[in-house]
Amino acid sequence: MERPLTRNFRPDGPFDVKEYEKAGGYEALRKVLTGMSPKQVCDEVRASNLRGRGGAGFPTGAKWAFMPPANGEDRPRYLIVDADEMEPGTFKDRLLMEGDPHQLIEGIVIGGFAVQADVAYIFLRWEYKLAEKRLRKAIAEAYDSHYLGRNILGTDFNLELYLHVSAGRYICGEGSALVNSMEGKRAIPVARPPQQTESGLWGRPTLMNNVETMCNVPHIVKNGAAWFQGLSVCEDGGTKIYGVSGKVKRPGAWELPMGTPLREILEQHAGGMRDGVKFRGVLPGGASTEFFGEEHLDVSMCFDSLAQVGSRLGTGSLIVLDDRTCPVGMLHNLETFFARESCGWCTPCREGLPWIANILKDIEEGRGQPGDLEILEAHTRMLWIGRTYCALAPGAMEPLKSALRYFRDDFERHIRDKRCPWR
Amino acid sequence: MLSDLVKQEIRSRVDRDHPEAVAVEALHIVRNHYGWISDEMLREVAGLLDVDPAELDGAATFYNHLYRKPVGRHVILVCDSVSCWIMGYESLVAHLTRRLGIGMGETTADGRFTLLPIQCLGSCHTAPALMIDADLHEELDEQKLDAILAQYP
Ligand SMILES: Cc1cc2nc3c(=O)[nH]c(=O)nc-3n(C[C@H](O)[C@H](O)[C@H](O)COP(=O)(O)O)c2cc1C
Ligand code: SF4
Ligand code: FES
Repeated sequence: MERPLTRNFRPDGPFDVKEYEKAGGYEALRKVLTGMSPKQVCDEVRASNLRGRGGAGFPTGAKWAFMPPANGEDRPRYLIVDADEMEPGTFKDRLLMEGDPHQLIEGIVIGGFAVQADVAYIFLRWEYKLAEKRLRKAIAEAYDSHYLGRNILGTDFNLELYLHVSAGRYICGEGSALVNSMEGKRAIPVARPPQQTESGLWGRPTLMNNVETMCNVPHIVKNGAAWFQGLSVCEDGGTKIYGVSGKVKRPGAWELPMGTPLREILEQHAGGMRDGVKFRGVLPGGASTEFFGEEHLDVSMCFDSLAQVGSRLGTGSLIVLDDRTCPVGMLHNLETFFARESCGWCTPCREGLPWIANILKDIEEGRGQPGDLEILEAHTRMLWIGRTYCALAPGAMEPLKSALRYFRDDFERHIRDKRCPWR
Repeated sequence: MLSDLVKQEIRSRVDRDHPEAVAVEALHIVRNHYGWISDEMLREVAGLLDVDPAELDGAATFYNHLYRKPVGRHVILVCDSVSCWIMGYESLVAHLTRRLGIGMGETTADGRFTLLPIQCLGSCHTAPALMIDADLHEELDEQKLDAILAQYP
């Protein structure tokens, strides 16, 4: 089985530019700059069925095609890589940046060419210190080797790449909030339209993609869309880095065919549950996705199949709940996180999330009241899609909505017995 | 008073097309030099960039790593997100607060440590995790944590 994204990973640190070249690196970029038009690159990516790995699964080729045509004068155009990874349970982008920084840079230069960007940024979260160090070194090497800067590989294509280290906040990862943050303001989302491809950073055409999305680009260009399709076992192309955390035997991350069954990831790769604990449920794609129970373990982990059974692939990061951990406590943790991270811009999110977190705290600590679950359920509707500026609040409702269904008995027992049975 | 060095560093980052964009970065520079951003420093940065101090404070109070209060010599950022919570966050924090004699958001009397919560550190597979200053520490238990604390005088 091919693992294009992680094949260069080495325990003693990432490849430098020479080692990366020796392993076939920057060949895709050379191929693009010496023989392909921007449109051909966009078409290849579109044909590959690559979908965004930042959480929403938007088709990457389609997003690139939204960029208005470049006329050579109306400059600059921007490309931003969202490396703010803070979705609880998610650590794949960190591994990609630490493990093979040149792969990301090559993806950025190819993507930059495809949408005719002049300036690219990697928007990196403050805490990723090792990734920062390795990216800085790799970027300097790429400039020295003429993969970045003016006249890349002797052509007339220019691209500057800057590493922007964020001052930190979960909401910065949301595309429009990220742009506000880069403009020196509070990271508050902005209602769309206009889409960022029309009006993004400084009101200029801006393409934004996730780290893992961009890392796939060199491989698609080098090996073709059909090859990329063949890597997966479903409609979406490529491999996916799936992560598992919680009380499994071997928590970790693995690059597997897109569409690998949930059960295979949990049992084969993560080694199943630790001795003495049983599986109760799993958030399949990070904190903002809906719980799955035992009956869903055979679902294929790709965007469409998860949507069909009522959850989302999200970041492909599985968080496992076991029978020794209280589901109400887990929900309290999740909603407290979302309440704290709300940017406060819209009322349902700013006021609703703390209310939810307080009710969950009361239930967990034995002060739950009859009617509390109905109040929580009402919130899952009032904070739903269409009622807020961004996806933070609806995302926060996904685990809650599904937990009220799956773990109903546990919630009711807390309220009835006025205590948490796990404490 | 900001030192000339700090002012120079801030000025060197200003993008001529978009001077306002440097606001967050400027505060970051101040924080890195002095550990935190006092009212006086904030006003000085605002003057330097010719922006409204209240608006600059809006940015300063928004971000996790721009401290508007003094902090200790070392800042402990404890991940309180879901995977770490499942893997023993509560007992880890109970141990930390007992050892240091402070709660979340507080600084030890000797000014050695400040204890702050942080969202997921991307170490969910090696949970529970925390950072001390710029260093990540993973797969923690009480014993391991005690040995690590000793490395930060
Ligand atoms: C609250 C919130 C936080 C987000 N954080 C991130 C993030 O850290 N990294 C990321 O790539 N996308 C994040 N996203 C999704 C982005 O808005 C955007 O959809 C994504 O970067 C697009 O890239 P893609 O098409 O390659 O997936 C976040 C979205 C929301 C609503
Ligand atoms: S949903 Fe929440 S985080 Fe998103 S814009 Fe509204 S208040 Fe801000
Ligand atoms: S939840 Fe603590 S590192 Fe991810």
